[in-house]
Amino acid sequence: MRQKAHELLSSGAVGAVLAWEKGELPYDTSPAVFRDAEALDKMVYNGFCGSNLSKYLIEQGKQDEKVLVFLKPCDTYSLNQLLSENRVAREKLHIIGIGCKGKLDVEKLRTQGIKGITGIEENETLKIQTLYGDHELPREDVLLEKCLSCKGKDHKVYDELIGEDLSADTEQGDKYAKVAELEGQTPAERFAFWRGELSKCIRCNACRNTCPSCTCLKCVFDNAHSGVAAKVNATEFEENMFHIIRAFHVAGRCSDCGECSRVCPQGIPIHLLNRKFIKDISGFYGEFQAGETAELNSPLLCYDLEDAEPNIISKREGDN
Amino acid sequence: MLKLSLSRMEELFSRINGERTLYAPIQIGEQTQFTPWVPDAAVQMNRLSTVKSPKDYFFPHIEDIAAFRVQGKEIEILDVRTEAAPFAVFGVRACDAESLNLLDRIFLDDPIDTFYESKRKSGLIITTACFEPEETCFCGVFGIDALSPGGDIATWIVDDTLYWNALTEKGEALTEAVKDLFEETDDMAVKAAQEKAQTVFDKLPFRDLNLDGLTGEVLMKKFNSPEWANLNPSCLSCGTCTFICPTCHCYDIQDFDTGKGIQRFKCWDSCMCSDFTLMAHGNPRTSQLERFRQRYMHKLIYFPDNNDGAYACVGCGRCVQKCPISMNIVKVIKALGVENDV
Ligand code: SF4
Ligand code: SF4
Ligand code: SF4
Ligand code: SF4
Ligand code: SF4
Repeated sequence: MRQKAHELLSSGAVGAVLAWEKGELPYDTSPAVFRDAEALDKMVYNGFCGSNLSKYLIEQGKQDEKVLVFLKPCDTYSLNQLLSENRVAREKLHIIGIGCKGKLDVEKLRTQGIKGITGIEENETLKIQTLYGDHELPREDVLLEKCLSCKGKDHKVYDELIGEDLSADTEQGDKYAKVAELEGQTPAERFAFWRGELSKCIRCNACRNTCPSCTCLKCVFDNAHSGVAAKVNATEFEENMFHIIRAFHVAGRCSDCGECSRVCPQGIPIHLLNRKFIKDISGFYGEFQAGETAELNSPLLCYDLEDAEPNIISKREGDN
Repeated sequence: MLKLSLSRMEELFSRINGERTLYAPIQIGEQTQFTPWVPDAAVQMNRLSTVKSPKDYFFPHIEDIAAFRVQGKEIEILDVRTEAAPFAVFGVRACDAESLNLLDRIFLDDPIDTFYESKRKSGLIITTACFEPEETCFCGVFGIDALSPGGDIATWIVDDTLYWNALTEKGEALTEAVKDLFEETDDMAVKAAQEKAQTVFDKLPFRDLNLDGLTGEVLMKKFNSPEWANLNPSCLSCGTCTFICPTCHCYDIQDFDTGKGIQRFKCWDSCMCSDFTLMAHGNPRTSQLERFRQRYMHKLIYFPDNNDGAYACVGCGRCVQKCPISMNIVKVIKALGVENDV
């Protein structure tokens, strides 16, 4: 990857490279824009490159230059969605699709009581050195939530593919399992579940700001004239409202990239709200995956004679 | 020094809770959060940094400050201030205890913030020493001794014993009230544990973080440093770092129209918000780079310049753990500090 980046940057084929930069700890990689071929030795690609680089292309795309971007399979869905909404111009991108064996979540190490992490060796078994002794853990126990229902290893948009683990497989778990479980609950139980989760929200907006579908120039929650702008959840109602409105705004556009839940400092499973919408949309209008192509074809934006009647909602069983 | 068997903590907690509300780090789901103590709560002393710091109890995320009742052409201003009820926070770490001393410099300086002052007076801080720091901890860089924490009462947990030492008058008063639970002891066990833990502190990845060269004298140089353009692009401008930070203290004042009047409240603000420092004439910071720069310039240059060299960071490591893209103050210090003269 580094060699390729070096080539394209030095030859002037691209003006910038969007990739990940190694951090100070074994797991803290940051997205970074490289403009200088010299600096590319800080570039890294490992199990802790879970962050989705697609959204950075909006900002990057404002520059008058071509950019090389490295995308994991799931990141390409987000990019397609951005392309379909004309938020990013395809001709400014050189996209290299890279393989992925599933990305890791350092929080999962912490919740298993592993702390003082000073080194991580990545293999099928993770070898973790800490200030308090070594640990070994199967890689699959540390996967990010989003990787537990990986969409597969195909890149949906790219100029070239490189890397060894292009065909590496991650388990494709049932992404609707938890949604179905919640649907099966009584409204009171479901309400209690969501109150328990949403009451933890500190309204940091990380979920919104990382979301590649939240791309409004001015978010309604930042617009003082909207009547709903806020930096704090003053009441339970506001806590719920923020998340429900956000879920509605990305309905039919969310590719289920899982970034919202990954970034939430409070561990709130926000992706479940979006998955509920995805499940319903697919149920009403036929299987739909946002970002599958760069066409603007969301069922919520298109009309078809076969479309479900709106009143299907009120007729549906078990969802009152 | 006093000691108590850990098996009797529940008794201690319920005694403290009797006279005042007690908050403690309690395990909720997979996280540890400061929350009101209730009998049999899962008080968690292994995980050092809670998601949010105990700052909330002194400087809440949201707080009503005044109300206006409108009747016809009359506007009545209501003072909604109340004296804070007594409370105690147990299990505060040295870094978080120090963060309150930093907040004191802001809120207890003229003009005094009476909301904060009232809570500071009625709140009691019981700290706990950290014998097993996390890799993200760097309190030592700011001269904070995690093995001898401050607050009103300091405690140490060694094996299955809690050691307890009152540090202030407030702390003495609470100690008197619960003294019958404890036994007198010397500090041998604590000293031994401190010595042992010191070897771990000496191995922390950020122990040698160098703050030299981050002073008000080089304000303009750092302000104009080309490094900002390298550091900023990854930042999502989310505000997580500012909301979980124990030392961030910016707030916004907003009005809520109740239909019959106005409820005026203050709530945390963040330099990462697009309307941070938005004024009638516009906003002096219009780009993300300027907002990002504000966060670190404030912590590392402006604050120490105005506060006898004290940095507005206590090295708790929360931002290191929680920034969604792992940009944090450590990376900024390394990029801007004396080792990189930029
Ligand atoms: S990231 Fe989590 S805490 Fe932050 S606003 Fe979103 S749900 Fe709330
Ligand atoms: S530094 Fe990190 S936590 Fe802070 S605003 Fe930027 S992305 Fe969010
Ligand atoms: S800047 Fe980061 S390390 Fe420093 S006090 Fe704030 S959250 Fe803690
Ligand atoms: S300016 Fe930013 S860094 Fe400084 S206290 Fe305010 S929110 Fe925190
Ligand atoms: S930064 Fe220091 S005082 Fe704070 S939790 Fe870590 S070791 Fe303890």
